[in-house]
Amino acid sequence: MPSPQSSRERPLSPHLQVYQLYRKIAPLLSILHRLTGVALYVVGSLFVIAWLGAAAYGAGAFATVQGLFASPLGYLVLFGWTVVLFYHLANGVRHLTWDSGRCVTNEGVRGTGITMLVMVCGLTIAAWAVGLMLVA
Amino acid sequence: MVEFALPPNSRIKPGKTWPTPAGAKNVKTFRIYRWDPDKGGNPTLDAFPIDLDDCGPMVLDALIKIKNEVDPTLTFRRSCREGICGSCAMNIDSDNTLACLKPIAEVKGSVDIYPLPHMPVVKDLVPDLTHIYAQYELIEPWLKTDTPAPTSGERLQSPEERARLDGLWECVLCFCCSTSCPSYWWNGDRYLGPAILLQAARWVFDSRDEATGERLDQLDDPFRLYRCHTIMNCTATCPKGLNPGQAIADLKLALFERAG
Repeated sequence: MPSPQSSRERPLSPHLQVYQLYRKIAPLLSILHRLTGVALYVVGSLFVIAWLGAAAYGAGAFATVQGLFASPLGYLVLFGWTVVLFYHLANGVRHLTWDSGRCVTNEGVRGTGITMLVMVCGLTIAAWAVGLMLVA
Repeated sequence: MVEFALPPNSRIKPGKTWPTPAGAKNVKTFRIYRWDPDKGGNPTLDAFPIDLDDCGPMVLDALIKIKNEVDPTLTFRRSCREGICGSCAMNIDSDNTLACLKPIAEVKGSVDIYPLPHMPVVKDLVPDLTHIYAQYELIEPWLKTDTPAPTSGERLQSPEERARLDGLWECVLCFCCSTSCPSYWWNGDRYLGPAILLQAARWVFDSRDEATGERLDQLDDPFRLYRCHTIMNCTATCPKGLNPGQAIADLKLALFERAG
């Protein structure tokens, strides 16, 4: 008599391969929260280390790092980092809203998602407007 | 464990394409996941061209037509054909839903059908639900009381107390939500998932139940409850229009309020 098919030999049904999370707003914004969190932690830490390390090393080193940050490419990277920062901040507030039991519906996910993205744009523009005014 | 790729034995290979029915004018192709434990090997995606002029309106109608008229070995669960039993849950056009409630007309292009995601496959569209049923048993889904039943016979509820269970009792345990949840995909061994947590909420918030404290103790665990990261795929995909995400949020709040 043949032995019954053991569960170990059973195939695993496809998941990411078929669920197309990138086409659905709820999981898309959710995975972006995780990714921006990682980016803030890794890239942000490296920026601070480079900046403080250069300051500790001497005036020449500090001027070099400061020059890199102030170059057009540096501005672009910092701009991206600002977007990432405000995304993680605004979406964190969105998570606090959900944790209070509010807006935990399909409409709430969509509505708070759009509000959050508008806040990210507004905060980024505001931060750069203030920053550039201070530099100028 | 997070594993993005499928194990080698689970990768889907191209399958058989069945002939287009003769004289059909309104043809739609159904691409269906196939795996037969007696044959072994890798799963395949078979294509079935179907004449929609000679087929019922729902995806389940097409599956039954294929089984009756094209390939009797096609295996899937079904029973009530009206969204009450929860048997025909599967992944259709990238969303988990009940085949009996999904109109074919809602799908653009070919209708791609897979078993519920990230589950061991018994055959074709039939996933192994042993583990998720064991998780259901864990939450003890029955009324638990210490006090003797009233001599009048029934334990009474006010209309408001009864209304608290609306949106919870309607769940048919089809597991569309749990198998749409990335947290459940990666940590389903310990995380209970939206379907079981909604059931847990159904008993935690039942005014007649006297084991609320024990039930909350059992849920107060980094994995069982708190692997929910409010991704909200569950609520988006529920074919009954329920809100497992809200049920989980309510459980977290109940634990928070109890902690004081």
